[in-house]
Amino acid sequence: MDLKSKLAELKQQAMKKIEEVNDLTALNELRVSYLGKKGPLTEVLRGMKDLSAEERPKVGALANEVRDSITALIEAQKERLELEKINQALADEALDVTLPGNPVSIGERHVLTQIIEEIEDLFISMGYQIIEGPEVEQDQYNFEMMNLPKNHPARDMQDTFYITDELLLRTHTSPVQARTMEQHDFSKGPLKMLSPGRVYRRDSDDATHSHQFHQVEGLVIDKHITMADLKGTLEVFAKKLFGEDREIRLRPSYFPFTEPSVEVDVSCFKCNGQGCNVCKGTGWIEILGSGVVHPNVLEMAGIDSTVYGGFAFGLGPDRVAMLKYGVDDIRHFYQNDVRFLNQFKVKG
Amino acid sequence: MYVSYQWLTEYFSMDGITPDALGDKMSRTGIEVEDVVTLSEGLKKIVVGHVLSAVPHPDSDHLNICQVNVGEEEPSQIVCGAPNVAAGQHVIVALPGARITGNVKIKKGKMRGEVSNGMICSLQEVGFDDKVIPKAYAEGIYLLPEDAIPGDSVFPYLGMDDAILELSITPNRADALSMRGVAHEVGAIYDKKPQFKAVELNEAPDDSVQNYVKVAVENAEDAPFYTMRVIKNVTIAESPAWLKNKLMHAGIRPINNVVDITNYILLEYGQPLHAFDYDRLATKEIAVRRAQAGEKFLTLDGEERSLSSENIVITNGQEPVALAGVMGGLTTEIVDETVTVALEAALFNPTSVRKTSKAFNLRSESSSRFEKGINQGTVEEASRHAASLIAELAEGTVVSGVEAVGAAKTSPVELDITLERINHILGTAITAEEVVAIFDRLGFTTKEQEGLFQVCIPPRRWDISIEADLVEEVARIYGYDRLPSHLPVTESQPGKLSQQQQIIRNTRGYLEGAGLSQAISYVLTTPKKAQAYMMRASEPTKLLMPMSEDRSTLRMNLLSGLLDDVHYNVARKNTDVALYEIGRVFYQSEDPSQTLLHEEEHVAGVMTGLTVENDWQHAKKATDFFVLKGVVEGLLASYGLKEAVKYVPMTEKEGMHPGRTAAIYLGEKELGFLGQIHPFAQKEYEVGETYVFEMNLQAIIDAAKEAVVYQTIPKYPEMKRDIALLVDEAIQHQELSQFIYEKGGRFLKDVKLFDIYQGEKIEAGKKSMAYTLTFLNNEATLTDEEVTLAFDKVQKALIEVFAVTIR
Ligand SMILES: [Zn+2]
Repeated sequence: MDLKSKLAELKQQAMKKIEEVNDLTALNELRVSYLGKKGPLTEVLRGMKDLSAEERPKVGALANEVRDSITALIEAQKERLELEKINQALADEALDVTLPGNPVSIGERHVLTQIIEEIEDLFISMGYQIIEGPEVEQDQYNFEMMNLPKNHPARDMQDTFYITDELLLRTHTSPVQARTMEQHDFSKGPLKMLSPGRVYRRDSDDATHSHQFHQVEGLVIDKHITMADLKGTLEVFAKKLFGEDREIRLRPSYFPFTEPSVEVDVSCFKCNGQGCNVCKGTGWIEILGSGVVHPNVLEMAGIDSTVYGGFAFGLGPDRVAMLKYGVDDIRHFYQNDVRFLNQFKVKG
Repeated sequence: MYVSYQWLTEYFSMDGITPDALGDKMSRTGIEVEDVVTLSEGLKKIVVGHVLSAVPHPDSDHLNICQVNVGEEEPSQIVCGAPNVAAGQHVIVALPGARITGNVKIKKGKMRGEVSNGMICSLQEVGFDDKVIPKAYAEGIYLLPEDAIPGDSVFPYLGMDDAILELSITPNRADALSMRGVAHEVGAIYDKKPQFKAVELNEAPDDSVQNYVKVAVENAEDAPFYTMRVIKNVTIAESPAWLKNKLMHAGIRPINNVVDITNYILLEYGQPLHAFDYDRLATKEIAVRRAQAGEKFLTLDGEERSLSSENIVITNGQEPVALAGVMGGLTTEIVDETVTVALEAALFNPTSVRKTSKAFNLRSESSSRFEKGINQGTVEEASRHAASLIAELAEGTVVSGVEAVGAAKTSPVELDITLERINHILGTAITAEEVVAIFDRLGFTTKEQEGLFQVCIPPRRWDISIEADLVEEVARIYGYDRLPSHLPVTESQPGKLSQQQQIIRNTRGYLEGAGLSQAISYVLTTPKKAQAYMMRASEPTKLLMPMSEDRSTLRMNLLSGLLDDVHYNVARKNTDVALYEIGRVFYQSEDPSQTLLHEEEHVAGVMTGLTVENDWQHAKKATDFFVLKGVVEGLLASYGLKEAVKYVPMTEKEGMHPGRTAAIYLGEKELGFLGQIHPFAQKEYEVGETYVFEMNLQAIIDAAKEAVVYQTIPKYPEMKRDIALLVDEAIQHQELSQFIYEKGGRFLKDVKLFDIYQGEKIEAGKKSMAYTLTFLNNEATLTDEEVTLAFDKVQKALIEVFAVTIR
């Protein structure tokens, strides 16, 4: 057999084997056996010295072509087999992606704190200061400076925990306002404050009563504050806390520390005013007390009521939380059952 | 206050105004109407019946078989179990198919074999409350007037063709605690003038009150005005239906004609009256004075009261016959035999009445009115009206004249206000004409001159005494809905949280991130719990009148409240609990009767149960000391405190595990503690192994802080060396690591404990502590020689000072 035929046969045989190979080791063995120094192609080239000068380049070219073809095919097969190997490995690593992830344990902020902070942030954005005060108060600040002298019939409205004749657990956060008004220097600007905090009433605990609860009260005092300012402020407030579509309405009421006094209803966020169990069919929910600061309250704090005036408002975060989330028992807020505390995760 | 809609129609036409519309309008303009009740709602087929005969049921000892004319051709047979049923009576009959109160349906039926076509009803069965039903009918059926027509609906006979408005009256609007007051209010809302019928009183010209009684008032402040009339030859009887109906629907039980009239006048005028049996007073001298301490008095409810000098009493010159404004006496009350009535109409000191009614727990229609105030303009008119009604209904004769001491303030009060002031407070542009019209609707006569109003306030509106009160009147009648609304325009100032508030919020955020949920526990607790886990000495602060021992004392620690919370959870099978609380504790610094308490902000936490739950990847892991300590360390690191924090073993902290508790120090100041609670405490709170901390948050807030300054990111690599030390087991990590820091030279940046071993492989009484030391030079690459030098120095020093063996 001449060299040309030998080369042709070699090529055909090699190509076939390489085509058929299915793993990288066998492929490498084939590469060594065909292209290696002891391989048949080297052997053919070695036989070239016996050829004529005329034949030698032709066979040489043919031999090169055979080597290139084999090399190219080996490379292609190598690439294919490597990809297959990777794909197989990835397939082997496949997970059940529906298995649960590792739990991240994060604590929850108390729902009352969430509500109070939301209110604080709104009023801070409107230039109010957040001011706190003692929870154990003097009768003078809790009552007398709020225009509730001893034996005032309205003192019955809030039964009080007394510690001594003069010292008591505050029944509202209003004494903070009295203390702040006393200190405020109006030459440095108006007084705009919000006082959140814990308050106490002498009540038996049941689903709707708690001897301990919370209040947030606001106060603005300046030279030209009107009831229209109060109405506008409470509208912003109602929309922020209960949704953009909310409306408010004012109803006359009575608080010793404001005159005029109004109760503020917010249109029901559950039924949009159509009437439901939350609003007891009226379409409105009573949520706030407010009014124009009583001149006696200003005067007792040393503020000239003929020059300065303002408004005050107050609400109970406990009641807001009960309405907003449908909580049916106020005691949940203070028993701290983790199944209760962890229900208020969604921050929207 | 229950207001009858029908009663209002006696003062003006209510055409076109439904009870519900009236209720809504009143709520929006001045007085909250809590409910509007249609009395006949849910009731049907209840008619007048005339009992023709009543014979005992043969098979029963208490039933009667009655033949009743119910307006049909044939009498109807009804079996009745009431003890007071008798022939000739006009009664309430529920016909077959009727609905009575409680949505009960009445069917035709048989009772012990006898046909019964319906039921003869008691007042309870048509919706009357037990406490307003006259005693005579409390246990049986009710009797209708003899002229009631059989077959007619009973509702008009019982005043049930009416709606009742339930008013919730705030302390400032006591003027609406009377029908006339409500009429003025409704008139103002709808711009109508109420008409009151003139009272005609015929006095006996030949007999004068002076022949009967002389009144003396010891102190005019106790009773500024005291009057008495006398009505003789009265016949005590049951009141007519109209009067009984009015009282019952207003929530008052009819007693007899004279007492009912005093209550009727109380409802109409808001003026409490008291009727004495004149003959049983046994005197011509009435003296109003303060009671003597310990003086005894038998009130008409049969209770003997021991009086004090807070109480004003009416006396017959010797002994009390009434607690002024609160309750009369049993021995002088009107009884069936009463012939002569002494009728008191007076004003009493509100504070004294309030104290008296509170002291004896006697809140009555009369005391609540005296407490809140009385229309001084109608004291005498109310008395006249009552006398005239007693003459009419009890067939008595009113002797001429009134015995009176003192005077009521009956003239109007004048108050000035300007238009500008009204609009300035309300933010409105109301005109002078509108304001005058509003005052006119309220019945205030007004003179206006260039925006200045001189307003005359009648005595029936004693709540109005200052400018602001008038502004409120204008605002509510004008309508709050018509008020403009906008945000205040003031000199602008930035609003922001104080540093204190910001730190508290950051603390919340950190602890929640660490897996603890925020708890809010009760401040009031037991004396024992209040004084547990205390961080400084203080007397406990107790309430004067606690609701219970469990809520009697102000807390001086947060932990006992949190442990209560853990108990609550564990009892409900929530065994994995991680909670924190931020709040105040209350210490006494000085005499609490003089000064405020020292309120200190604290932060505390509890962890119990698992910190990692068993799941498909992880084995469960119980919480332990170091889990909690990690939380505390991280929290303290988050404040950027200037001084160093250290932990010192605390072997004698009450309630805490003696070997697993550390005091937390900031520099030399003790901040608080952390550790495991004592097994005894575990038992007390019925909880498992629980780890806790409590710190004085205020001290942290007030402590010096390090500002954050950017540190260049190192350009050069750091080098690490490990060292394992065999040391005496008493030597603590904090000592070793601090010592290594001191000796490690300027390139030592970190010392990290990575292993502790104690056990078989090493000798008893020793432990192996392994640390990684990290060296770094910010200026240049460290050489091996530099690190080796420093490392060797540390090793040498450790051997010298702690006698360690380097392993
Ligand atoms: Zn609703």
